[in-house]
Amino acid sequence: MKKKYFLYFSLAIIAILFLVPIYVLLVTSFKGFEEVTIKNMWNLPKTLYLGNYISAFDYLRTNILNSLYLTIVATAISAMLGSWNGYILSKWKFPGANILFSLILFGMFIPYQSILIPLVNFLRFIGLYGSIPGLILTHVIYGIPITTLIFRNYYAGVPNELLEAGKIDGAGIFEIYRYVLFPISIPAFVVVIVWQFTSIWNEFLFALVVTHNPKIQPATVALANLAGSYFAEWNVQMAGALFISIPPLLVYIFLGRYFIRGLLAGSVKG
Amino acid sequence: MKHSRKENLFVILTILPSTAAIITFVYGFIGWTIRVSFSNWKGIIPDYSFAGLKNFYNLFKNPRFLIDIANNISFSILFIAICIGGGLILAILLDQNLKGVRIFQNIYLFPLAISFVVTGIAWRWIFNPNGGVNILLNNLLTRIGIDNINIDWGWFIVPNQIGPFRLALLPVIVAASWQFVGYVMAMYLAGIRGIPDELREAARIDGATEFQIYSKVVLPLLKPITLAALIILGHISLKVFDLIYVMTGSGPGFVTDFPSIFMYEATFKANNYSQGASIAILMLLMVAVVIIPYLTMNLRRKAKD
Repeated sequence: MKKKYFLYFSLAIIAILFLVPIYVLLVTSFKGFEEVTIKNMWNLPKTLYLGNYISAFDYLRTNILNSLYLTIVATAISAMLGSWNGYILSKWKFPGANILFSLILFGMFIPYQSILIPLVNFLRFIGLYGSIPGLILTHVIYGIPITTLIFRNYYAGVPNELLEAGKIDGAGIFEIYRYVLFPISIPAFVVVIVWQFTSIWNEFLFALVVTHNPKIQPATVALANLAGSYFAEWNVQMAGALFISIPPLLVYIFLGRYFIRGLLAGSVKG
Repeated sequence: MKHSRKENLFVILTILPSTAAIITFVYGFIGWTIRVSFSNWKGIIPDYSFAGLKNFYNLFKNPRFLIDIANNISFSILFIAICIGGGLILAILLDQNLKGVRIFQNIYLFPLAISFVVTGIAWRWIFNPNGGVNILLNNLLTRIGIDNINIDWGWFIVPNQIGPFRLALLPVIVAASWQFVGYVMAMYLAGIRGIPDELREAARIDGATEFQIYSKVVLPLLKPITLAALIILGHISLKVFDLIYVMTGSGPGFVTDFPSIFMYEATFKANNYSQGASIAILMLLMVAVVIIPYLTMNLRRKAKD
């Protein structure tokens, strides 16, 4: 019995420590200008002042729309590409398929610094530099490894007999995918969509390097700029920080199980 | 399934777009960056004239880059140690068959869902050199009756070092660990739940204590997960950028500078493309040393199965 209380107590203390940053963000985001001093940063706000959220929203509105556009389109395309690649690499193994898969997988681990200079030059060359479509292209391509990995692992668990049956019935490579595999792929699609959505929404380096115009930048870059230039108004920064955390946190709250599966897919097996 | 040669050709054709994209955007671009790293390109106009190893030679004489390497090693060691140790402890705490632990598990994991930019903003204020935790600690001290001590620590701007370790890195390490310890916890939990109950039951019947069950039965079975966590955290720590960029920047005297920050500033602020490319290639080499053996090992194990 004593042990049980001790365990709960430890778990609760750790949980409180984990929530400290959220506490700071929350209390500061509700403080009015005269209340925001470093001296009372740990105190609760005297009143619930919503002005910071309005300012943050005004400042970040276009950028949040940019992020939504970027994230939704890039996630949709990379999920479809990953599904097809995973299908081929798990069920239509051709000579060299495993080597090709490893080559694709390595792309997931490289520091993107090692491709940034050519990327910027390439995007300039094709006229997509500084645009959301340029950023979509970037995320779709560098998302191929993880999406392929998740689908390949998922399809590897689908019995081959199911596909053989389709083949005997005269179905070709596309029909088997369309009528046999795709209808049972929903769980893998959810994992991939959740994963890509949160990582593209939260991504910073590509967004910072590929977009320059403040009106075209995704929300993470705009927030970082807000944090850099309006140094004094940190109540607005914190409101903005909470704002842009809402979409991924909603995904986490409602689809957490799939989020964790995506997380583990990226770590455990190749 | 066995396929005819015609089928194989067709199959390959359907994944050609993805394959071509990876070959170009990963391998081709790395090759391109290597070429820039061996060039004299130092301005807006590209200059691909061959410079040999000069850029790399200069980097290893550059005090800033040497600080960056030391910082990255310090950061990696502590970050990995905290995440693996903390992740294991959290996983074991959550594995005690208590009711309602799900809520705790969700709290420990949620930082993974939010952006490093948000993390950076929050922790920058928590470790604010003019306030932050200092105020919290002083208030606590006053409350318990100690008035004569006033904590006034500079956190991420202090120049102090213990050997090669810069103390200014501590706040950054805490912030990064806050975000990733849940990841390792999730990996260990998945591992622990994969261990058959009979195994632990057998040890219990043999009279093993809870501690012995963990140290003699569970931990040895979790070795592959520890290895995977090492690799994952290792490559994350060698690439850390967003958090530093938002939370502290390079810091006074580069106390919180990292190769990734130097690369970004050299390339996109100073237009010193050849220097930026050399830093990028060295970063890639460091990551490759960690990742390639792991990938080939996994592949070989797969081939054996």
